[in-house]
Amino acid sequence: MIEAVGLTKTYGSKTAVYNLSFQVRPGMVTGFLGPNGSGKSTTMRMILGLDTPTAGRVTVGGQPFRQLPNAPRRVGALLDAKAVHGGRSARHHLLCLAQLSGIPARRVDEVLGVVGLQEVAGRRSKGFSLGMGQRLGIAAALLGDPEVLLFDEPVNGLDPEGIHWVRHLMRKLASEGRTVFVSSHLMSEMALTADHLIVIGRGQLLADMSVKDFIAGNSTGFAMVRTPDVAADREKLTKALTDAGAQVQQEQDGALRVTGLELPRISDLAHEAAVRLWELSPHQASLEEAYMRLTNGAVDYRSTADPRQGLQQPAGAPAPGGWGMPQQAPWPQPVPQQQPYGYGYGQPQQHPQQPPVQAYAPPVNPYTQPAAPAAPAAPSAPQPTEPVEDAR
Amino acid sequence: MAATTAVLQSEWTKVRTVRSTVWTLASAAVLTIVISGLFCLLFRTQWDTIEEGARAQFDATSQSLSGLFLGQLALITFGVLIISSEYSTGMIRASLSAVPQRATFYLSKVAVAAGITFVLGVIVSFISFFIGQAILGGDLDTSISDPGVLRAVFGAGLYMTLMVLFAVGVATMLRSPMVSLGILIPFFFLISGILSAVPGAKDVARYFPDQAGSKIMRATIAPDDPAPYSAWGGLGIMALWVIVALIGGYVLLKKRDA
Repeated sequence: MIEAVGLTKTYGSKTAVYNLSFQVRPGMVTGFLGPNGSGKSTTMRMILGLDTPTAGRVTVGGQPFRQLPNAPRRVGALLDAKAVHGGRSARHHLLCLAQLSGIPARRVDEVLGVVGLQEVAGRRSKGFSLGMGQRLGIAAALLGDPEVLLFDEPVNGLDPEGIHWVRHLMRKLASEGRTVFVSSHLMSEMALTADHLIVIGRGQLLADMSVKDFIAGNSTGFAMVRTPDVAADREKLTKALTDAGAQVQQEQDGALRVTGLELPRISDLAHEAAVRLWELSPHQASLEEAYMRLTNGAVDYRSTADPRQGLQQPAGAPAPGGWGMPQQAPWPQPVPQQQPYGYGYGQPQQHPQQPPVQAYAPPVNPYTQPAAPAAPAAPSAPQPTEPVEDAR
Repeated sequence: MAATTAVLQSEWTKVRTVRSTVWTLASAAVLTIVISGLFCLLFRTQWDTIEEGARAQFDATSQSLSGLFLGQLALITFGVLIISSEYSTGMIRASLSAVPQRATFYLSKVAVAAGITFVLGVIVSFISFFIGQAILGGDLDTSISDPGVLRAVFGAGLYMTLMVLFAVGVATMLRSPMVSLGILIPFFFLISGILSAVPGAKDVARYFPDQAGSKIMRATIAPDDPAPYSAWGGLGIMALWVIVALIGGYVLLKKRDA
């Protein structure tokens, strides 16, 4: 059982975690979700007593980690798969940690077997792939057979077989009654692994609920409507639906994604507009979309379209403003639906010095892939030739 | 604390299972012994051409330990590596997750560093001494039973230990191996030596850890030695530096986010 109460951590003027309160219960896998830089790792480090909270507290089994008797036998953690001395072999690395924790050396070979690294145990870990590093980190977490396990992004760099294995391992550990706390920025992964979700954005709690509730509460249904492949039909129907109050978005393959109207009503409207339908099907928005919507206002790093002007006009090209917090800072704020998702390094959206043309990205949603995003006209700048595909 | 022996054992494993630490220790030993031998050989072959003043300065014991001037650089590197490699690799977070009691962790590291260096240092000092005396030969050499000689040779082992601990303390405060080595190596290789020859700075440089500590390695007191402390007093001054560095390291380790 992990319990955080009013947990806050600031680094200078930057607040990494703000007033975070949650409980991680035993016997289930709790997913810890948030965009990059939202404070997941900071929270994990505070749980392990590595970082001292600026305010609030976090306890494991009722006590702060640093006061926990026999801590390594009670809590195991994978924080960073690369945090090993590359010159040391996998076996020796685990041996060091086992000895630090007062765990018998033969346990090292057991955990090497569990994660499937027996073959390379004698090799120096600097030659390891990221996936092997993750396995080594998981082995280290399992050393003390602890009742509380923390994993920070455990599936990063794993192949599909490895991801499958981690998923099963987490579920098995939880079914043995342990507390399993797994961070990830992949909602789809957590949907398969976790029973409970804690979602944070910009260091603040956005959601704390079971996966089931999360899906039910956050995913809105929509209807997929397909007309014969005639532009006139499509436009007629779009107009009729929009007039009736629906939101219509055109998919890349010509289908229409309609929200805000019941299926029979759509059918009626199509009938009235004399447009034949080839498809009218109910759909559930994916969990990933629900997650995106939830964290939309809390994404730190957003990508904008690449105007490629710097290459063409060496003299007058505007200097990039560097990274930074988006200027519209007051946080968890609702951001209109049409914002681009995705996060790469990019410009804050409303950079004061930036001419609006470059600062504004066409609303590209990688999950819906609209064929013709309502891009603002670009009088001077050549528009990017293709919409930014999946920015992640 | 029952876990302390386990932590000590782990710190020993950490030193033993990485090539860099093993190599720095080996090169400290080889450098000290070989350079000392070469200096002894130089003195023996050039003795007749050496002027009177320099002859009066000659101390057969310290001559046979003179390679430590270079060997200590490898020891400093060892002291820096055993702590800063934890930081540079990120291993520190795994270590402190396993040993949340940072005092236990730190003291074990210091103890293992001290133990290893002391054993190695004393062995290297004696080897270096006997090889040096053999090279110096009948007229110039001294015996381990002569006054002050045993103290000087044994003291060289203590000097090496203190030097490593000073490096551990400084590296714990600075964390980065590059910064730590970038400060310590030039300081002990050049700055301390240069300042000790500059008239005004001399009186201050005398209290630097290496200048003060190295007095223990002379069996006889040089005729013009102005230092206002004895051989053991000098080592005491060095020990004070070490204690300050180690406490500074501990306070920061305790307070700082890992």
